[in-house]
Amino acid sequence: MASLKELRNRIASVKATQKITKAMQMVAAAKLKRAQEAAEAARPYAERMGAVLANIADAVSGNDAPPLMAGTGKDDTHLLVVCTAERGLCGGFNSQIVKKAREHIRTLQRDGKTVKVLCVGKKGFDALRRDYSDLIVDRVDLREVKKIGFDNAHGIARQVIGMFEKGEFDICTLFYSEFHSVMSQVPTAQQIIPAAVPSEEAGEGSEAVYEYEPDAASILADLIPRNIAVQIFRALLENAAGEMGAKMTAMDSATRNAGEMIDKLSITYNRQRQAQITKELIEIISGAEAL
Amino acid sequence: MAQTFKFDLVSPERLLVSQDVESVVIPGTEGELTVMATHAPTMTSIKPGVVAVTADGKTERYVVFGGFADILPEGCTVLAESAVHVNDINREELQRRIQDAREDVEDAKDHETRLRAEEFLHQLTTLEGAILPA
Repeated sequence: MASLKELRNRIASVKATQKITKAMQMVAAAKLKRAQEAAEAARPYAERMGAVLANIADAVSGNDAPPLMAGTGKDDTHLLVVCTAERGLCGGFNSQIVKKAREHIRTLQRDGKTVKVLCVGKKGFDALRRDYSDLIVDRVDLREVKKIGFDNAHGIARQVIGMFEKGEFDICTLFYSEFHSVMSQVPTAQQIIPAAVPSEEAGEGSEAVYEYEPDAASILADLIPRNIAVQIFRALLENAAGEMGAKMTAMDSATRNAGEMIDKLSITYNRQRQAQITKELIEIISGAEAL
Repeated sequence: MAQTFKFDLVSPERLLVSQDVESVVIPGTEGELTVMATHAPTMTSIKPGVVAVTADGKTERYVVFGGFADILPEGCTVLAESAVHVNDINREELQRRIQDAREDVEDAKDHETRLRAEEFLHQLTTLEGAILPA
């Protein structure tokens, strides 16, 4: 049985931990709000980009579609871009994404494909390094980045496109976590190269015959890399919001657990104190009786 | 009063303008163009430059760094890679971009990328000249 002093120390330390988790929860809540706003602010651009892309993809016939859209015609080498958080302490957030990526790697390897992995974020790199260190071609570190800007996404996109142009892979899939709500983030795999072009919605100015300056093909050639950057940007923002949501939930339950633990320890502590007092009383009384 | 049309200026980070305007000057890669209501459907890529938006007789100027303009008779959308109001432009940021572009020119390996980088640098320096006195 632990002594009273030990129990006291234990309670003090759990209380300190609770304070920290409580603070982290509040910080995550504040950051979540900002991340959500950023994700929402980015939405109009992505939506319009999709509409423009659908429009122009119609105009450019299948033959002159740039390779980024048409693909290389093979599917031997796959590049997985795994986006995770830079920090832990956010429940199953990172491991969910990694699990999804791992399953994908296994399926691809079973089919005899070559797999390459590009890690964005430290946590995914740490987890994948254990089993697939030879597959990881590079990692992108966003630890120093306070607020994810389009430049970060653009940098990653440029790297991916550079690899594609050198013929280092045929198909590129992006792994990230889609933000549904504070409680639920769904790990998602999305193919970005060859680009899946959204099919045109009927009646949305689609009959208009466009004039292209310069010509449609060169605009499309410019548009698609940009679209890839936008997709990556969206994934990063969704991830940022999801990470904060997961962290908030995880820290909330940690705070609650700490509270329960304090209650339990306090009860043990009080019981033991009571027992000790009783014991001392009995000793005094029996001592007095013996006289 | 001139006829108005709907104009949106969006950057990946946020929606800068979404309002009814009278005219918009867009720095297209093939030359500047002024968009007014019922313009013919046009799609153009844009070079770094200034987008001037006129609404209610007042003109607001925004600096954009490349992107696309999607013009329809009933509206116009500018998808800018990065856009800021002229008053909010960060000189250092611009200097940094110019520096980057210069390095790109030096690093260019083949003729074509070099040409493209030089053109981009030229556009940036022109832009700098255009907004610095403002």
